[in-house]
Formats: sequence, C-alpha cells, structure tokens
Amino acid sequence: MTENLRAEDHQVRKEDVGEFQIRITSYRLGSEWICHVDNVDPGATVARAKASTREEAEESAVSRARKAVSNTRTYS
Amino acid sequence: MSRENVLVSTEWAEENLNKAQIRFVEVDVDTKAYDQEGHIPGAIGWNWQKQLCDTLTRDVVPKNELEALLSQSGIEKDTTIILYGDNNNWFACWALWQLEMFGHENVKIMDGGRKKWLAEGRPLSTDKTEIAASSYSAPEIDSTARALLAHVMEASPKGEEWALVDVRSPDEFSGKVLCPPGLPETCQRGAHIPNAKNIPWGKNCNEDGTFKSNDDLQGLYEPLGVTADKNVIAYCRIGERSSLSWFVLKHLLDFPNVQNYDGSWTEWGNLVSAPIERGA
Repeated sequence: MTENLRAEDHQVRKEDVGEFQIRITSYRLGSEWICHVDNVDPGATVARAKASTREEAEESAVSRARKAVSNTRTYS
Repeated sequence: MSRENVLVSTEWAEENLNKAQIRFVEVDVDTKAYDQEGHIPGAIGWNWQKQLCDTLTRDVVPKNELEALLSQSGIEKDTTIILYGDNNNWFACWALWQLEMFGHENVKIMDGGRKKWLAEGRPLSTDKTEIAASSYSAPEIDSTARALLAHVMEASPKGEEWALVDVRSPDEFSGKVLCPPGLPETCQRGAHIPNAKNIPWGKNCNEDGTFKSNDDLQGLYEPLGVTADKNVIAYCRIGERSSLSWFVLKHLLDFPNVQNYDGSWTEWGNLVSAPIERGA
C-alpha cells in the first residue's frame, strides 16, 4: 500500500490557442509530475500527460492540446 | 431543499473517509485520472462511458448493469454515495441523475470535485480500492427526470409553459463551432434548439469548482425567463454538462419540474427535419 499522497506544487494557468483558451493544471504526485489540459470554455479535458519533470509533462500535454484545439473548425 | 442534503464539502469528505455506510465514487470522462493521477483514498472509480450508459443502444444504463455496478462497488440501499469527479463534477452529476432515476436515495456531490480536492492538497491514493461486493437490487427506472426527443419537440415552441436551457458554450450555441474546442465533432449542424436560452454550465460554479450561492444561481436563470413555474429541460451536447445544470435547478434551486435531455445536441443536430436556430 502506498502512503497517502498529495498533489504538491499545484499550479494552474491559461494560455491562448488562436481564438480559444486552454487551462493547464500540473502538480507532483509522489515522484511523478502530472499535467492535465482542458479547453476552458466549456472546460472539457483535451490532453493529459505524466513525466519525471513538470516541464516534460506540460510539454507533452500542452503540445497535443494545442494541436487538437487549433484544429477546431469554425463556421460563420 | 437544504444544500446539506445534496452537497458535502471537501473538508467534510476528508473527515469522513473510510466511514461505514459512506462510499466515495469518482466519475470522470475516463478512468485515467482515477487510475493514474491519484484518487480519494478508498474511493471507487466508475467509467461513465462504459458503466453509466447503455453502450449498445445509446441509452441510460440498463437496470441490471447498474445493479451489477453498485453490487461490485459494495453499495447497499442505505449507503450514502458521495460522487465527485473531473470537469467540475460533470460526470458525477450524470451519475447522480441516473442513481436518482433508479431510486437510490442517499446520493451527494462533493462540492468542487476533483479540482478542489487537488488544489487543496488533500490526501490521494493510487492504490486499487478493494471492496466486498454487495447484492444490490434497484427498482424499475422512474424517468420523470429525463426528457426524450418527443418531449423536447413538444416543448420547444411553448415558451409560456416550457423553458429550454442550452448549457453549452456561446460558440456551440450560436453554431460557430460544432463541438468543444479540441474534441471530435459529433453533429452535422451547429446551432441550438429553437427558443432555448444559453446559460453555460460554468456560470453555475465559482472558480474553485464549487457551486455558487442560491442567490447568485437565481440571478442566472430568472432574467432569461427560466423560472420555477415552468417545466425546464436542460441539454448540452451529450447530456453530461446538462446533468450538472439539472442538478442545480432541481436540487439547489428546488425547481419542481426539471428534466435532463441526454439525447442533447448530438441527437437534435443530426436529426432530419428538426428545426434549429443559429446565432446568439
């Protein structure tokens, strides 16, 4: 059984992707860094990643999220 | 209705971990967060797509499958189920909506969901929760809280009696986009159901994920004619965001007649000859 863990160094920020926004949440859980990206409006999960550093986890999740969000088609 | 009947705080939740007759259940878009990113110690993880839906007919979960899920989750009739999850409790509210239709009386939402629990640095576990199975028997479904296509077809033009609440983003409502950014398009057309009012689900919540006060919530709906004297139908794209707004209207604002249209825009927007409106 693992010791009870906690989300350490929890950070949240937003970034623009064209006319949309993504929200990037990252934290450390034990020895791993976790990153979760949602699309702010409406707030659906778009990408997530785990890595040994915050930067790697964010890079992985954010790059996939940016690609997915930037491919969103708009209609006039 | 008192909020205490349907909501628990994260503080309360941490104080009541591992209590008999209380079962914490995490319901997320999938189980990756539960499995890999930490969950409340002792919580069970439910996959809303596979375990809270009929995966063959696109329907709510069949009675026998819900019974199996609750049994393997060690839930008895008098168990208090505390639901929480990602996306500000979208899928937790979806689960509550279905549990209510199948007659489980003691169900609450952890206010703020997974988001708040993480942000507050509360205990997490990556251990698989082992639970002794129960033998749960549910009554036949009571679909009073559910709107089907025929209901919505009838309600749409009758604004005096019915209020349709589209809880999607303004861009989805207007037809500018066919889906939330970054997600697959699931409909042929972008627009909204005629006479629906756009009250995005996120307006029900504070930045930390908790539900706003009743006064603030009232102020969202009343100015747009969504009042307790009307029959209200909430919808979104697939019915999970709208289950959160359904929860707000029914359980926080005590509207007597509120339904969740789980067919939502994926059904209406793809339906041949269904009328639509575009724009704000």
